[in-house]
Amino acid sequence: MAEFEPKIIGFLCNWCSYAGADLAGVSRYQYPPDIRIIRVMCSARVDPMIVLTLFKEGADGILIGGCHIGDCHYISGNYHTEKRVYVVKKLMEKAGLEVERFRLEWISASEGEKFAKTVTEFTEKIMELGPSKVGEDPELTNRMGAAVDASLDFRIRSLLGHEVGMIENGNVYGETKTEEEMRNIIDIAIEDEFRRSLILGVTSSKPASAKELSQIANLPTERIVEHIATLRQKNLLAIDHVDGMTPYYVALRVGGD
Amino acid sequence: MAEPVGAVMVIGGGISGMQSSLDLANSGFKVYLVERGPSIGGVMSQLDKTFPTNDCAMCIMAPKLVETGRHENIELITNAEVEMIDGRAGNFLVTLKKYPRRINEETCTGCGVCAEKCPTEAIDEFNEGLKHRKAVYVRYPQSVPLVYMIDREKCIGCGICEGECKAGAIEYDEKEKILEINVGSIVLSPGSSKFDPSVRSEYGYGIFKNVLTSLEFERMLSATGPHLGTVVRPSDGDIPKKIAWIQCVGSRDKAKGNSYCSAVCCMYSLKEAIIAKEHFQGIEPTIFFMDMRAYGKDFEKYYIRAEDEAGVRFVRSRVSGVEEDPETKDLTVSYVENGEVVDETFNMVVLSIAMNAPEEAEILSHRLGFKLNIHKFVKAGLFEPLDTTKPGIFVGGAFAGPKDIPGTVAEASGAAARAANVIATSRDSLTKKKEYPAEIDVSEQEPRIGVFVCHCGINIGSVVDVPAVVEYAKTLPNVVYADENLFTCSDDTQTKMKEIINEQKLNRVIVASCSPRTHEPLFQETCRQAGLNQYLFEMANIRDQCSWVHMHEKEEATEKSKDLVRMVVAKSALLDPLQKSKLPVTKSALVIGGGLSGMTAASGLADQGFDVHLVEREKELGGNLRRIQHLLSDVDPQKKLEEIISKVKDNPKVNLHIGSKIEKIEGRIGNFTTTLEGGETIEHGVVIVATGGVEHKPTEYLYGENPNVMTQLEFEEKLTKGEIDLEKSNKIAMIQCVGSRNEERPNCSRICCSEAVKNALKIKEKNPDAEVYVLYKDIRTYGFNEDYFQEASEKGVLFVRYDDDNTPIVNPGQNGLEITLKDPVLDEVLRINADLLILSVPVLPQPDSEDVGRMLKVPLTKDNFFLEAHMKLRPVDFATEGVFLCGLAHGPKFVDESIAQACGAVARAATVLSKDEIEIEPTISHVVDENCDGCAYCIEPCPYDAITLIEYMKNGSVKKTVDVDESACKGCGCCQATCPKEGIFIWKFKLDQLNAMIDACLGVA
Repeated sequence: MAEFEPKIIGFLCNWCSYAGADLAGVSRYQYPPDIRIIRVMCSARVDPMIVLTLFKEGADGILIGGCHIGDCHYISGNYHTEKRVYVVKKLMEKAGLEVERFRLEWISASEGEKFAKTVTEFTEKIMELGPSKVGEDPELTNRMGAAVDASLDFRIRSLLGHEVGMIENGNVYGETKTEEEMRNIIDIAIEDEFRRSLILGVTSSKPASAKELSQIANLPTERIVEHIATLRQKNLLAIDHVDGMTPYYVALRVGGD
Repeated sequence: MAEPVGAVMVIGGGISGMQSSLDLANSGFKVYLVERGPSIGGVMSQLDKTFPTNDCAMCIMAPKLVETGRHENIELITNAEVEMIDGRAGNFLVTLKKYPRRINEETCTGCGVCAEKCPTEAIDEFNEGLKHRKAVYVRYPQSVPLVYMIDREKCIGCGICEGECKAGAIEYDEKEKILEINVGSIVLSPGSSKFDPSVRSEYGYGIFKNVLTSLEFERMLSATGPHLGTVVRPSDGDIPKKIAWIQCVGSRDKAKGNSYCSAVCCMYSLKEAIIAKEHFQGIEPTIFFMDMRAYGKDFEKYYIRAEDEAGVRFVRSRVSGVEEDPETKDLTVSYVENGEVVDETFNMVVLSIAMNAPEEAEILSHRLGFKLNIHKFVKAGLFEPLDTTKPGIFVGGAFAGPKDIPGTVAEASGAAARAANVIATSRDSLTKKKEYPAEIDVSEQEPRIGVFVCHCGINIGSVVDVPAVVEYAKTLPNVVYADENLFTCSDDTQTKMKEIINEQKLNRVIVASCSPRTHEPLFQETCRQAGLNQYLFEMANIRDQCSWVHMHEKEEATEKSKDLVRMVVAKSALLDPLQKSKLPVTKSALVIGGGLSGMTAASGLADQGFDVHLVEREKELGGNLRRIQHLLSDVDPQKKLEEIISKVKDNPKVNLHIGSKIEKIEGRIGNFTTTLEGGETIEHGVVIVATGGVEHKPTEYLYGENPNVMTQLEFEEKLTKGEIDLEKSNKIAMIQCVGSRNEERPNCSRICCSEAVKNALKIKEKNPDAEVYVLYKDIRTYGFNEDYFQEASEKGVLFVRYDDDNTPIVNPGQNGLEITLKDPVLDEVLRINADLLILSVPVLPQPDSEDVGRMLKVPLTKDNFFLEAHMKLRPVDFATEGVFLCGLAHGPKFVDESIAQACGAVARAATVLSKDEIEIEPTISHVVDENCDGCAYCIEPCPYDAITLIEYMKNGSVKKTVDVDESACKGCGCCQATCPKEGIFIWKFKLDQLNAMIDACLGVA
């Protein structure tokens, strides 16, 4: 078997981490060659969907580098990055992909050494974890697909969009929410939308019963039945057939696509 | 004394509150309808189907919802509660607290984008917690008012909805408001609440996932429910094969629930079982019950059908407990059958939960100052069933006691009549009559069509290319103006539309937006205000039937929208301006029958200032009430009867025709002429049929052969006259269902069980040592009468069940009458030597009901009671307008029920009599005399019997043609579709109009 050459992608913000990576070069700090850097203007540009899609397509590790909190070129972009990273990690957890494959690090323009060290450590970690099982393990692949779909859901995205504002500036009633309160709200949304995406993902290829979905989703059937209710209201799911007394559901494709 | 305030406050917006409001508003009073929740509709809006017709609840209720919501004299005040009340009958000052909705009721268009974008989910109470809704929501899709509401408890305050709301209706900072409202009388209709079944812990509700309440099951059955009508087990999503209904959960249960019977659960369980099976044939329903109380009109037949046709299994046993298998989540139901404990496994258990008094009963009672009975329902009298203990405050619906929808609606109308009574002199003082500009004459004009295409926020605009539709509309023939609106229905757009109609001299208007079912009246109103005939308006439904259903096919949706617009443009050019015809109203009523119902109706109408002709064929007033000697209450019925008779006799507005028979009735709503035997004629605007019923004369059980066998009424009469000595005749047997619930008369006569209990208690009162046996099939002492049944049992009255296979046998014996009966439970033969045998016989319709029916062209049921317009929602109306119904003529009922229904008939009649003229919709059928050759094909199919064949002399020969009674025609068009020669058509749906649409659709034109 050929030696494992991990596919690691790094998203670096233009103003700090990318400059830090440059400095590492200028300073000749050596690090393993597996990482591929993508420059973004701000770490906040990295959509959870992009990260999750990369994992779904087989990436072994993803690193995001941004400015230290308080140093963001765009005032508070990295604060948002942090919130998104949380969502990505939560969805990875739900999908069953090792969370360690994803790392966020604040690296300033003067921290060339830190950049090299981070990449070295991260690469070692990925080597330790071995190749991603996504693609190989059909269930994990399904769940990663659901994670991608969930990250695209408006509910999670709109909460992400408002989270920081509600913590810092208060909501429309002038109340401020604590980090913990917002976390709870977002956790519920992530859980719901991941499960629903998974149900839709599974049933789009083959009709499934609530009990089968419960096995696949590793969730009590009674919770699956509640999600089925929600999806049926949205007209995203329908009964394909009834076998004995058990309905089998199929995801609905609306429109011409 | 100052004139009373011509306004009524109705508290509670369920079916009862809506009916009261509509009756009052339609008879000249201003109504404030106060609802605690965000929308009206009450429990009925949650129901899937309704017994005994299995009509879809929402389909039959929606028209009432819309009418209530749009009525110019009903002001809806939602999210509001009564804080305090001041003043007295005729002039109350009510203080209301209105809780914030946080969405502006005026500007919200109900488009629903806020809810779509809201990221927070909450438990959906409307679906009994079986699914989720958003934190900004409407209670149900057809909500009235269709205004969203922010659930402040659940809202996280993210502000997304404000950003999404194109109408700018979000008001996060809205505060509570205090409103003060002046009314003359008040109707209470807060409905009921649900019994919490977790109190009966042996059933496992709340612990076992597959144990549901009957209301949860109702939502499961509903097409708008959590699984769109599929019944599934909450535990695993499987369709349950075996479902058990457990009756009387919280009812007839002194220990942990209510002592009374909830009156509706037997029937709704039958319905749920039948419908569940309809939805999925494999379901096997079982109902565990004590007595099956199918006591209402045609209910028994429904019960029989459930067993014979739907295969519902009935087990007469009280369930002692339910256990769950932790693995399969199946449920083991334990019950006793034939003396043995049986454990049977079911996949789902439904608990038929009791109807409790409304949650706010005590607060309302305290704040408004009326009394409650021991069950926390309103305390009312048998002869004043709709009056609370506080003058000027009345009650309708379930708050007066558990009851079904027809009872509720009849009472709600009755409460409206009682409320109107207080303020009758101030009729029309506070109501608005709309003023319209003179109508522009467009008859000579070429069509000038204006097309308004709606974005509906983003509901249409995000799918359909609205500007492209507008540009396309401009290219269509006769279109002189087309434009787009963000919300066509908003107030500012309406104002703009009026200006454009006038500026552009439009003589046809088209709105391409949502459904005409909800919005046509609004736009027609706008046209009228602009001086344009409202029938020159048309709609294209490009939202509900286009953008909402083709969200992912934008191009196709745009093309379809263009087609829909092209089709209505083609029709529009051919529209005719139509005028509503008006019929004058003779402001007096004919009441047929001088019994309790007829007299109540007559004095009710007279008290409201209308002339009444009360016709009674007997020599004296009083009807069946003359024979009733005592009641399940302390009230003396004969004393009450005297009061009622003198009230009728003393009222100068009541013209009595005693000992008179009606020979014929001619005419129609507003203008009837009745001829009495002897030739006297009466002119009147409405008819109330209160012809009553008669006691059945049995042929079985030695009746008529043995002097000691008598009916319940005969017993009462003999007892009162002192012809029976209960010290001597102290062994008394009663047999129930003599002449009812059999093949000849399948229905239950509703009142006999309570009558038997009443007389049994009377016997025990006179002689506590007397032995009383009641031989019955099911004890049907529904509602609060259950308490008397319990009392009778406690006092030692012995109730022994028999069934159709084991009917009692009665023989004359040595020691009185020898009655033998095989007890099906104990499997023993019971022998009673009775001194007296009292037979509970049914109430039968008057033998000449058919003649009355024929005179009035109103139908009868199979068993010859009069058949109302709709079993559920029009219990006192006939399909023939202007003719109403009450009392025993409608079906067996108690004194209080007859009075309530008679009051209901008064309210319904007042909606006609209060008007000077009746408007008739012009979109009805019209005969083209030159095409009609009198073939009469159209007569039979007419569902309203509105068409008659006539002959007249034309150019010296007999010409046959048909004539349409425009007050009877409803415009269905059935006649047009049978006519072979274009001899009859429906205005606005003429052949050329429909053809124009078809041609435009096919691209021919």
